[in-house]
Amino acid sequence: MTLTTTLPGLTLKNPVMPASGCFGFGKEYSQFYDLNELGAIIIKAATGEARYGNATPRVAETASGMLNAIGLQNPGVEAIINEELPFLRPFETPVIANVAGSTVEEYVKVTKAFNHSNDIHALELNISCPNVKEGGVQFGTDTELAKEVTYQVKQASKYPVYVKLSPNVSDIVVMAKAVTDAGADGLSMINTLTGMQINLKQRRPIIANKTGGLSGPAIKPIAIRMIYQVRQALDIPIIGMGGIITAEDVVEFY
Amino acid sequence: MISKQLLKIKSHLCIAQDTFEVVLHSPLARELKPGQFIHIALKHHMLRRPVSVANVDVGAETFTIVFKIFGEGTRALSNCKAGGDFLDAILPCGSYYPIDRLQLDHALIVGGGIGGVPPLYYLAQSLKKKGVQITSVLGFQTKSHVFYEDKFQLLGDTYVATNDGTYGAKGFVTDIITELSTDIDYYFACGPTAMLKAVTDQLETQEGYISLEERMGCGVGTCYACVVPLKEDPSKSKKICKDGPVFYANEVILP
Ligand SMILES: Cc1cc2nc3c(=O)[nH]c(=O)nc-3n(C[C@H](O)[C@H](O)[C@H](O)COP(=O)(O)OP(=O)(O)OC[C@H]3O[C@@H](n4cnc5c(N)ncnc54)[C@H](O)[C@@H]3O)c2cc1C
Ligand SMILES: Cc1cc2nc3c(=O)[nH]c(=O)nc-3n(C[C@H](O)[C@H](O)[C@H](O)COP(=O)(O)O)c2cc1C
Ligand code: FES
Repeated sequence: MTLTTTLPGLTLKNPVMPASGCFGFGKEYSQFYDLNELGAIIIKAATGEARYGNATPRVAETASGMLNAIGLQNPGVEAIINEELPFLRPFETPVIANVAGSTVEEYVKVTKAFNHSNDIHALELNISCPNVKEGGVQFGTDTELAKEVTYQVKQASKYPVYVKLSPNVSDIVVMAKAVTDAGADGLSMINTLTGMQINLKQRRPIIANKTGGLSGPAIKPIAIRMIYQVRQALDIPIIGMGGIITAEDVVEFY
Repeated sequence: MISKQLLKIKSHLCIAQDTFEVVLHSPLARELKPGQFIHIALKHHMLRRPVSVANVDVGAETFTIVFKIFGEGTRALSNCKAGGDFLDAILPCGSYYPIDRLQLDHALIVGGGIGGVPPLYYLAQSLKKKGVQITSVLGFQTKSHVFYEDKFQLLGDTYVATNDGTYGAKGFVTDIITELSTDIDYYFACGPTAMLKAVTDQLETQEGYISLEERMGCGVGTCYACVVPLKEDPSKSKKICKDGPVFYANEVILP
């Protein structure tokens, strides 16, 4: 049986890849196993400039999952290209860069910066970021904003663009159609669902940011439901994620 | 090198109220340095639990952890059995007290409670082997929480404070440090953030190292859950799980 998988811009040995933010830039986990075994690696979000992120605590354990509010901490796109990506060069595993921003201009800036790197093979557009120009509305929860950022990034990018959908919407199909119309080469789904957990002793949320993104097995049924809905409506390639731990989980996403 | 291991539980003892001392077998035991921790996976829990190395026996290829029941994870850990059970852990994690690089004759050790006392015991053992004179100040909430005082006593002068005065001096470790009249070369502190703040302020003119705690995700440096801002440029940070938990006392801004 062959596990080879082809997607726009990507030929993968197998369809297994760590999700953005769960794997840093690969260095740490390369101590645990050979990164050549992975189908691809999606690296931590890149923003235009270095970003500090939120106050700590940034994570909390929940039933069958966890909340995180890292706040997109990263060294900035230039440092990622110059200091992080060279480490991954010796591996045959394709790299997908996760692109984030607070404005459409920032997304485009990051996209253009990646055009100058030969160490990546595709972009994943993280539209679960608040738009500072629109009062903090997430790009990924407003169809017009999502369309606009997808279109502009697709115009600017020499790499295929996968748009990572936010599940924090009432109709995922509407959003999937919008970004597909705007030129997305593929989708990845799902990002985290917004949640909150209270520290009973302190009578306040555990996470300093108050809310965080829920991930892990708790969200797997939601991911599968949403992918099913989008697949019914559209023919576009989808990278599935959300609570995948075992081989059985992977198969369930097909 | 850091790796994921299944550790055999050699012994499992209750040593104070809700406080357990567990000896684990690992061929990596000799690589564990004072200040480092292991990151333990538990059934039905998504996140691993960080616990410090409290002592190492190189000959037996074993090391000790000491922990207190705090929530569900540490409760599950307290129910593990010696003999049959294995612990899934990542080790060795994080930085360590750089004692081999330091020129020192007399060290002050300041430990607060369950987070602080265990790693400092391994440190004190290591300092003793190097012939360093040790003065230890240990703080606990109350008498029933006190542990390892006798062990520290064997390594040097040891003072205990309890917040409620039910054992040793009443008050905080800083109250005892004020009374100390000895000259020290370095201090090594570990415990709750409030204690570390008080101690680093009090010993501002001394050289020292501190060990920090934070809620962790990965424990290996990939997720940015556990950062602490740097004094020289607060827009920059280090990761407590990978660059820490041990930092030079003046390097970081305590939360
Ligand atoms: C580097 C380091 C070394 C430590 N060494 C020791 C030790 O030697 N002995 C010991 O008893 N305890 C130690 N702790 C604290 C220990 O990790 C927590 O008590 C434990 O994680 C609590 O888990 P729980 O499931 O019982 O509590 P819960 O509150 O149910 O845990 C929920 C979540 O919060 C996290 N959490 C809660 N409190 C802490 C805390 N203080 N620090 C970090 N994460 C926390 C848990 O890991 C878990 O992800 C250490 C912490 C760190 C960071
Ligand atoms: C600690 C952490 C950091 C994350 N950082 C990012 C990120 O930078 N960009 C992004 O698009 N998604 C990020 N995510 C979301 C994941 O990539 C993924 O979509 C989500 O966690 C669901 O998958 P999972 O349940 O397998 O973790 C992050 C998730 C976690 C837990
Ligand atoms: S816990 Fe993930 S970076 Fe420290």
